Amino acid sequence: MSQTWIILGAGSAMGRAFARKAATQGAHLVLAARDQDDLARTAADSLARGAASAAAVLFDVRKPESFAPIYDAAKANDGIINAAVFVGSMAPQADVDADPNTGDLTIQDSFTGPVNFLHGLAPIMEDRKGGTVLGIGSVAGDRGRIGNYTYGAAKAGFHTYLSGLRNRLNRSGGHVVTVKPGFVDTAMTWGIEGMFLVASPEQIADDLWTAHEKRKNTLYTPFFWRYIMAIIKAIPEPIFKKLSV
Amino acid sequence: MRWKTAELTGWGRVLSGTAELARPEKPAALSAILTDTPAPAIGAQRSYGDAAVNSDGRAIDMTRLDRFISFDMDTGILHAEAGCSITDMLDTFAPKGWMPAVMPGTGFATLGGCIAHDVHGKNHHKAGTFGQHVLEIELAGADGRTATVTPDSDPALFKATIGGLGQTGAILSAKIRMIPCSSRLIQVDERRAANLAEFMEMLKASNATYCVGWIDGTANGRSLGRGILEEAELTSSNMAPKLRKPRKVPFNAPKFALSPPTVRLFNRMYFNRIPKQGRGVLRSLKDFFFPLDKIHDWNKLYGKRGFHQFQCVLPDETAERTLRDMLRLIADAGLASPLAVLKRTGPGRAGPLSFPMEGFTLALDFPNSENARALVTQLNTLTADAGGRIYFAKDSLATAAQAHKMYPELADWQNTVEAADPQGVFKTDLVRRLKLRTPA
Repeated sequence: MSQTWIILGAGSAMGRAFARKAATQGAHLVLAARDQDDLARTAADSLARGAASAAAVLFDVRKPESFAPIYDAAKANDGIINAAVFVGSMAPQADVDADPNTGDLTIQDSFTGPVNFLHGLAPIMEDRKGGTVLGIGSVAGDRGRIGNYTYGAAKAGFHTYLSGLRNRLNRSGGHVVTVKPGFVDTAMTWGIEGMFLVASPEQIADDLWTAHEKRKNTLYTPFFWRYIMAIIKAIPEPIFKKLSV
Repeated sequence: MRWKTAELTGWGRVLSGTAELARPEKPAALSAILTDTPAPAIGAQRSYGDAAVNSDGRAIDMTRLDRFISFDMDTGILHAEAGCSITDMLDTFAPKGWMPAVMPGTGFATLGGCIAHDVHGKNHHKAGTFGQHVLEIELAGADGRTATVTPDSDPALFKATIGGLGQTGAILSAKIRMIPCSSRLIQVDERRAANLAEFMEMLKASNATYCVGWIDGTANGRSLGRGILEEAELTSSNMAPKLRKPRKVPFNAPKFALSPPTVRLFNRMYFNRIPKQGRGVLRSLKDFFFPLDKIHDWNKLYGKRGFHQFQCVLPDETAERTLRDMLRLIADAGLASPLAVLKRTGPGRAGPLSFPMEGFTLALDFPNSENARALVTQLNTLTADAGGRIYFAKDSLATAAQAHKMYPELADWQNTVEAADPQGVFKTDLVRRLKLRTPA
């Protein structure tokens, strides 16, 4: 059966690494991001690596009118439609504290935008009776921490949505993976102090593909973040509220 | 763009420096950096010395710009971003019947790095250097402007860029012509060479497409210069190569790992492993071309002190005498590691700063120490006296005077480079150390 992958945020390092993975598996790709020239490059790269086709569609998570062309591009292919959602933004908490409107944008980019996109996609996936959604959340969504709780809250909201969507798509043979990456070596984390156990985008992409094939529900990647977060989540609130982890 | 304070280190881990490093992921981000703060572009940082080090300056890491832009199945012409690795090209296109015409000893090297050092491979005597298979280069100059440079559009700039150590600008992408590859396996014939004279005869007589020799840097006396000749041809076998997981050197090895008795013993076993009458084996392309890539971070085997790689090329007229002198010095010093290569080189070179010349090339690693530095300094002098050259991708100990003597076309190169980068924004530690941009 022919497989189509929509890659939302194909301009990000993780999105690009995943596009490569899907391309080498011979999938049809619908690559969506903001930078047209860069997208065209990634589309060409995907074709050279074995993608059955690669459409480059301009997409801005803050512009809902950019969603329909992506649905259309995916529907143009026969078979199963999958989606990997890499969009999101992380404004530094200090910026959000200084201007609360900045928080709105983080929430729109990481939560409400992707949710609206997926809600438009769900009926199409149901129609095709299958498909996987890889929703990129974050370990930051597991507990609100002083360093980035607006971003964390947006991701927590996204996790909850993904869990509901999993419940829904399961009825038509579809599946949703809630992905919680730890620190990944991308432009977003480049040069930021205090990074540790940083994973490469390729490592994450491999994990994502395995999680898709094995229909995992929740994926911590790299795997050890499951244990790190288990500890963070287990700290009693009276103590946790005094920590700056 | 965010800059990260990073320690830039040559692969030999002897020369290093702290620099502000940017790593753009999109062409637009790169172009913004080059317009505002032009700086040398660096690749996989696999050169051994200080070619990719810019102490107390800035540098641009190109490894995230690593996409294939176009590929023509009929002609084998590939257009790719500069950060693409050779391994990636081989992995992607060998199953489709094409491979890079020239491959250096590590597949981690990037397209940009291979051009900037005009690297050669085990087929230099037949195929020439990497740069001889480059059709066009997209180059961002010191003024931030991008131009497509071909041998016709600007022959001087094109040549000065190949082997040009990044001094003409940042290589953004390039078009190369690949060669057909009938399978992913290669037939390798291995034979013993009892001493230097025999070894050189065998290398000269070989007509194989790929030809390389392992040389025992610890052998002395009658066995001086003994080694193993490897001749290889692509096969038409359609077997899939065995996939092996790379292993990693997790920590700096202790000193005894490469102490003289260990190396002598290892080398004797390595030599005797090949039967007297020789043998033929089938290897995967990657095992043959990049034998050390299977061991990630193998440079840690030399411990914290690091190591020096000496590589010279010697013209035919002086090669045998000079090699004999060099190998005696090396064997007497007892400092060599098992990694040592003797190879025949052809006349092929693509730029004024390209390393190869017709003759023989010798490459050896020495764990870093005062004695090793003294030995390499002696070897550099012997090279200069013999009319040979040392390789900028490997060097950490040559002098400016030697470099100027070894590269007689340096003045021409300097003229082109000064026009392209009058402010010297692309200078690196290597260029400063060897005064490559200072007129003689």
